[in-house]
Amino acid sequence: METQQLNVMRYCFIMLLGVSITFAQAPKNMARINAGSYIPLYGTDDKLPVKVDAFLLDVYPVTNYEFLTFVKNYPEYGKSKIKRLFANKSYLTEWPNDLNFGKLDPQSPVTNVSWFAAKKYCECQGKRLATLDEWEYVGMADEKRIDARSKEEFNKYILSWYEKNNTYTNKVGQTYKNYWGVYDMNGLVWEWTYDFNSIFLSGESRKDKDTDSNLFCGSGSINATDLMNYAAFMRYAFRGSLKASYTTKNLGFRCAKSLK
Amino acid sequence: MKKLILFALLSISFIGCQSKTEKQEQTKEELAKKPISELSIYNLPEKWTTQNGTDIELKELRGKVLVMVMIYTSCKAACPRLVADMRNIEKKVPKELSDKVQYIMVSIDPEVDTPERLKAFAKENLMDNDQWLFLRSNDQQTREFSAVLAVNYKKISPLDFSHSNIISVFNSEGELAFQQEGLGVNNEKTIATILEEAKKVK
Repeated sequence: METQQLNVMRYCFIMLLGVSITFAQAPKNMARINAGSYIPLYGTDDKLPVKVDAFLLDVYPVTNYEFLTFVKNYPEYGKSKIKRLFANKSYLTEWPNDLNFGKLDPQSPVTNVSWFAAKKYCECQGKRLATLDEWEYVGMADEKRIDARSKEEFNKYILSWYEKNNTYTNKVGQTYKNYWGVYDMNGLVWEWTYDFNSIFLSGESRKDKDTDSNLFCGSGSINATDLMNYAAFMRYAFRGSLKASYTTKNLGFRCAKSLK
Repeated sequence: MKKLILFALLSISFIGCQSKTEKQEQTKEELAKKPISELSIYNLPEKWTTQNGTDIELKELRGKVLVMVMIYTSCKAACPRLVADMRNIEKKVPKELSDKVQYIMVSIDPEVDTPERLKAFAKENLMDNDQWLFLRSNDQQTREFSAVLAVNYKKISPLDFSHSNIISVFNSEGELAFQQEGLGVNNEKTIATILEEAKKVK
């Protein structure tokens, strides 16, 4: 009798151990991003570092195949069903119908999705969209460094991607794996962020305006910092031009999750 | 004879009133049956809390013209001017249309702007009556609503936000009819839209 109890206790202990190990690791296809801080190129008044709490981020952007599974479960997000308030006419434009992504590669990132649809997708997975600061924090890492923004090669890579067309037809996971174990932050598609509409490039925030004029005026020589600013400016300007119902072929998303 | 006419007039107006309320109830019922259009903000299912601490869904406002702005009460810079802009609009809308128009202030700072705080703000600004509605929700819903209104905002310090200065007019079906952008700008078009839409309300 006593041995049996002991066995049960042992079993429970092993179970608990197993559970705690599972919790310590990031869920499948998510990477743990450690807390830290970074100085954003835009959006702060004082150029002080912004703190980012530890969180989980999808290793890859959401694929066509994954998004199809979502639409099957939530038919109201089908291309013919979605309300115009939540997505414009080019929503999933290359899909021949609601439940078929046609000639697109199942492993390519889903694009032509609106912010509303992306947000809903993440919520249905028990996740959320990454904030702009979280995205930029992870996006500034190269293979080895947490912050590679001052490296010329890194910036050249990003800028040369911005000039390429149709990288959205590539499969996910083919660009470099960054410091955090995350792929495709640069080089595949642009990505929605939760607070994409927190950007002021139209002169509403004086500081931003200054930065803009710094970018365009008086830059006598092109050095790494200029390239870095230019790459970030491209991203911020793109986000600043978006509306939540917009969809474009080079804009996808991935999900994040807070750590409790 | 005079008395008789007076009586007749009174009874007519009485009947008139009665049929009007009946008609209003009828149209409310009809409205509830009518599907919500694709571009309507009444597709948003969330609940909001008013300055009086009551919970409402946006679609309870269906049937009225909505004039909306996003603010936060601890704001010292743009908001007082936005509030003044809203008041100027309200002043220019004729009294007889006032029950067809609802002025709404949505807080972008739900943490600080509790219903009590919104109520105090309403009183301070002499907006503590049925014409004015103050709404707050949580961070997530507020972000979604700002996305619908195309209002950008960002917390820049514990007490301050940058935000776009946009006043939006929605028709009685919750579809965006007009947006006025900027502070102290000419509000003629805004008012013309409100009048036009309010006159369509039965």
